[in-house]
Amino acid sequence: MTTAPAIEIAGLTKSYGDHAVLRGVDLSVPPGSIYALLGSNGAGKTTLIKILSTLLHADDGRASVAGHDVADQPRRVRESISLTGQFAAVDEILTGRENLVLVAQLRHLREPHAIADDLLSRFDLSDAGGRRVATYSGGMRRRLDIAMSLVGDPPVLFLDEPTTGLDPQSRIEVWRTVSELAGRGTTVLLTTQYLEEAEQLADRIAILHDGRIIADGTLADLQALLPPAAVEYVEKRPTLEDIFLTIVGSNS
Amino acid sequence: MIDTLVLTRRSLRHILRSPDTIVTTAITPVAMLLLFVYVFGGAIDLGGDADQSYVDYLLPGILLITVASGVAYTSYRLFLDLQGGIFERFQSMPITRSAPLWAHVLTSLVANLVALALVVLVALLMGFRSGAGPLAWLGVLGILVLFTLALTWLAVTAGLAAKSADGAGGFAYPLLFLPFLSSAFVPTDGMPGPVRWFAEHQPVTSIVDTLRHLYAEQPLGQDVWTALAWCVGLLVVAHLLAMRTYRRRMSAC
Repeated sequence: MTTAPAIEIAGLTKSYGDHAVLRGVDLSVPPGSIYALLGSNGAGKTTLIKILSTLLHADDGRASVAGHDVADQPRRVRESISLTGQFAAVDEILTGRENLVLVAQLRHLREPHAIADDLLSRFDLSDAGGRRVATYSGGMRRRLDIAMSLVGDPPVLFLDEPTTGLDPQSRIEVWRTVSELAGRGTTVLLTTQYLEEAEQLADRIAILHDGRIIADGTLADLQALLPPAAVEYVEKRPTLEDIFLTIVGSNS
Repeated sequence: MIDTLVLTRRSLRHILRSPDTIVTTAITPVAMLLLFVYVFGGAIDLGGDADQSYVDYLLPGILLITVASGVAYTSYRLFLDLQGGIFERFQSMPITRSAPLWAHVLTSLVANLVALALVVLVALLMGFRSGAGPLAWLGVLGILVLFTLALTWLAVTAGLAAKSADGAGGFAYPLLFLPFLSSAFVPTDGMPGPVRWFAEHQPVTSIVDTLRHLYAEQPLGQDVWTALAWCVGLLVVAHLLAMRTYRRRMSAC
């Protein structure tokens, strides 16, 4: 294990025409951590992820992933990462198993079929593995998507809004999957617009606003930015989510 | 190279699972073949080649129309890949940069050759006959492959540049009409001046005439060089255009 940061970003800028999306982003993500990039729509989260995964060039500044510069050594970066984009990047016409085998073959791994079967069982998809992805639910599709990103055990994983558009149960499934990853030493940088998601999953949280990181640290660090909580008595009512999950009998 | 093969197998699997795309590709040309041979054919004057049957005369043009309608699916499939996240996944993986494009090109070639074989089969049932030897047929195949590749790279450009699924296939419509303004359906002799000039100087006429001469065992003459020049020229230009569009699209997404 190295102690060097898994992701290091300094002074990164990116504009589309006159519109500055990133105005100098600095961030350092320690290896093996789950880092949440929190921001509203249009804050530049996806742009940042695309630069880090070599899909887009930055205008200025530097970024390195797993010790490789994204601009100078894109191929080395691609060997170290996996990207799970905003829209499930799965092939609907193929089966779940075929999707995993495809990625394993593209990564030139040995025994792609064994790798596929292993990931299917890890993600509770063994029964569905032989079915076409078009028949999967949103949550299954997302889990397959994340499973495809884990083929070949890349040390750094980018998850761009992994739970957007999912129902509450599927969202909890995905959360469980992501927290298991960090236990295995994978560095996860995830973007989200849900505060609760960042709170649930992340070791550290960075808030991206107007193209800059305006705050970052652990949840406790961020809470310390505000005045200490005053003790008040509030009648605790169940949230609609609690009610929904109780009624539909979620086992989580 | 391995990456391209792996990805080609993927999109061939798509076609195997929706074979209707190949049947649809073949249906329009087959309908035209039937319509022109059995409805209009009797009224068409082939001039000097009175002993030539109309189906023999018509087949090359129909084959080119088959390719033109087949490549519409190529841009459609490419567009769908770009639309979903799968193309971005490929781009973020350590694979050969152009492999996803080449996979679509190879798939297009295979799918079009199958559709062409279907059309030739129907033509044989309708009485198409040729005494040409293997070498001449190899020539026919070679020209069709070149033509398919040229149109495929055009299709790739259209698929990369398209904003909607309908737009992705739309580029093929003008291509479908070019054969009508050529020697594919009727000899150019009877056309009025400017139309005739256009018909005789556009690529389809030389390609159609070359294919016809090849399987009719007639001397090839100058046409074959004109046809080859058009095919190779179109291929080179279409490929450069597609690669430029690809680079622009990949740096702007």
